[in-house]
Amino acid sequence: MLVCSLLFCGAADAQRVKGSDTLLPLTQELAEQYLDTHPAEEVIVTGGGSGVGIAALPENTTDIAMASRKIKFGEKMKFAGLGLDAVEVVVAYDALAVVVNPSNPVDSLTREQLEAIFRGKITNWKDVGGEDRKIVVYSRETSSGTYEFFKESVLDNKNYMSSILSMPATGAIIQSVRQTAGAIGYIGLAYLNKYVKPLAVSYDGGVHYALPSVSTAADGSYPIVRPLYYYYDSRKEAEVSPFISYVLSPEGQASVLEQGFIPVKVEENAPASLNDR
Amino acid sequence: MKRVIEKTVRWILTGSGFVTSVVILLIIGFLFTEGAGLFGEPVIEEGYVLAVNGENPVKEMSAEEIKAVFDEDITNWKELGGPDLAIETFRLEDADEYFTEEELGPQYGNAGAAIAALVASRPGMVAFVPELMIPEESGLNFIEDRNISPGEVLGGREWFPTATPSPLFGILPLLAGTLWVSLFAILFALPFGISIAVYMSEVASGKVRGFLKPVIELLNGIPSVVYGFFGLVVIVPMLQQVFGLPVGESGLAGSIVLAIMALPTIVTVAEDAMRNCPRTLREASLALGATKWQTIYKVVIPSSMSGIASGVVLGIGRAVGETMAVLMVTGNAAVIPSSILEPLRTIPATIAAELGEAPAGGAHYQSLFLLGVILFFITFAINLCVEYISSRNRAKNN
Repeated sequence: MLVCSLLFCGAADAQRVKGSDTLLPLTQELAEQYLDTHPAEEVIVTGGGSGVGIAALPENTTDIAMASRKIKFGEKMKFAGLGLDAVEVVVAYDALAVVVNPSNPVDSLTREQLEAIFRGKITNWKDVGGEDRKIVVYSRETSSGTYEFFKESVLDNKNYMSSILSMPATGAIIQSVRQTAGAIGYIGLAYLNKYVKPLAVSYDGGVHYALPSVSTAADGSYPIVRPLYYYYDSRKEAEVSPFISYVLSPEGQASVLEQGFIPVKVEENAPASLNDR
Repeated sequence: MKRVIEKTVRWILTGSGFVTSVVILLIIGFLFTEGAGLFGEPVIEEGYVLAVNGENPVKEMSAEEIKAVFDEDITNWKELGGPDLAIETFRLEDADEYFTEEELGPQYGNAGAAIAALVASRPGMVAFVPELMIPEESGLNFIEDRNISPGEVLGGREWFPTATPSPLFGILPLLAGTLWVSLFAILFALPFGISIAVYMSEVASGKVRGFLKPVIELLNGIPSVVYGFFGLVVIVPMLQQVFGLPVGESGLAGSIVLAIMALPTIVTVAEDAMRNCPRTLREASLALGATKWQTIYKVVIPSSMSGIASGVVLGIGRAVGETMAVLMVTGNAAVIPSSILEPLRTIPATIAAELGEAPAGGAHYQSLFLLGVILFFITFAINLCVEYISSRNRAKNN
């Protein structure tokens, strides 16, 4: 009886969504659209970072956690210890483009070459088929989720070189790459513009190269793509599913595309419990 | 009635002075306790261990060595004083490559045992895992953990605060960057600042001064981000072309921006000091037959030396503590600079860029507070210097 009444109270309460700052603008947009069609509901979206959102899930200070990375093994262990079964939903994809100055003749690099460049093992463009010019490597600050994802995906969890130039914002990376002939950096796909040149990237040792775009990222041929997740407690399925199904609906995914992210194919993405897999 | 008011005013004045002092002491105390906490943190991330095969004789590794091992820069145990054996690294993220979901068991109950068995079966493996996961009696050896020592922080040459398993907190590159960029900023700002101040107080007509002074003071009101953008878009490409640099973000760009930012402070304070030079002194000098120029550098400047010095120190203070503008133009590479044309990273920029995401109470967080303490000591030392200079001058004048 008590449980029932609690559940009912929960349904009437506002839905709280918390976590990744990458997902924040997108989720806010989606929540606004959702509220237009469901005026009786309430959705509160706050940022704070992926780790903050996931940590808030077992504390019951959020109903949905937004994350720009997959839940960490340690966090899964913690959830398992608390008997919490978190459900994972991929709501969109975000691709990172590796960009160089437009005057640079190099068009494509393999993951191994990128790793060597960002770790300071290759320091001249002529070693990767370019001009005899020093490579100037730009990165984001350590606080950025993009920094962590690039380190995981491209550097295979190794550390960047210490002499890397770290910029406080994506805009600063674009500005610097634009005005520095030997520059290389990475930015979110949505930020690509004509002042920087994206590189085709290969993760299979140079067999297949792909340029970053919404279509190559969606069909899986472009490799530096990260899924963006929502996590929620399986016991709250009934409360959160209307919003999540709106996000995954064609209208929801249309605004995902509008915001510069890559939509998911709905049929691939049945919500999966972490413990079922 | 009058006496009551007088008493209240006195109390308010005393009280506000007291409150301010207490607040300042509290801030300093907070800074120091948080900063000192770093030396109580373990080298390897809290709650984790580095487990190696039971037959591996290596017991100790420094933070640099751990980083090199996990970056695959050290690939053989013999480089660490062990047997001639290739190093294999294992992180929890790699669990999916070695085990199936069934082996890990429901709720990952078997993960610890599975990893322990894996490490036990591979003589060259080093695993970075939570302490609680490894079952007792696993027969594994653990790399000995100890607390971060002041030596490796104050003398360390590598700043990798987010590296796992063992972050590196060597502050030398940041300290060198801060001092280097501030030194050059003052070298640029000082001659300009003093000459503008002399011009405005001694040479310029009232009309020119009335126009120049507000314009220069206006520089003070421009937000530092705007200076940063100006530096990034104008100064950085300019330096790149003039010096033919591969990269324009450099200490020099930072010093130029800082010099522009420190100018108004130096000019305003120094000019006020010179104008406050007693009229009698000037008249006496002129009456003795000194020219106007001789009066300026023999009488006006020496007599207003303490004011000029405090203007300079305020300017240096601004340069040392400036965050945003420097963050945008110096490139923020944490390496010890060998020339001013190289990118460098300053202490304030580091704190501003990293504090937002550093987990509160962790080693990274505390290391940033330690940087704050060091910044505090730098400004403290500068202030002492100025006190000394101006007190010597006062003594001489008397």
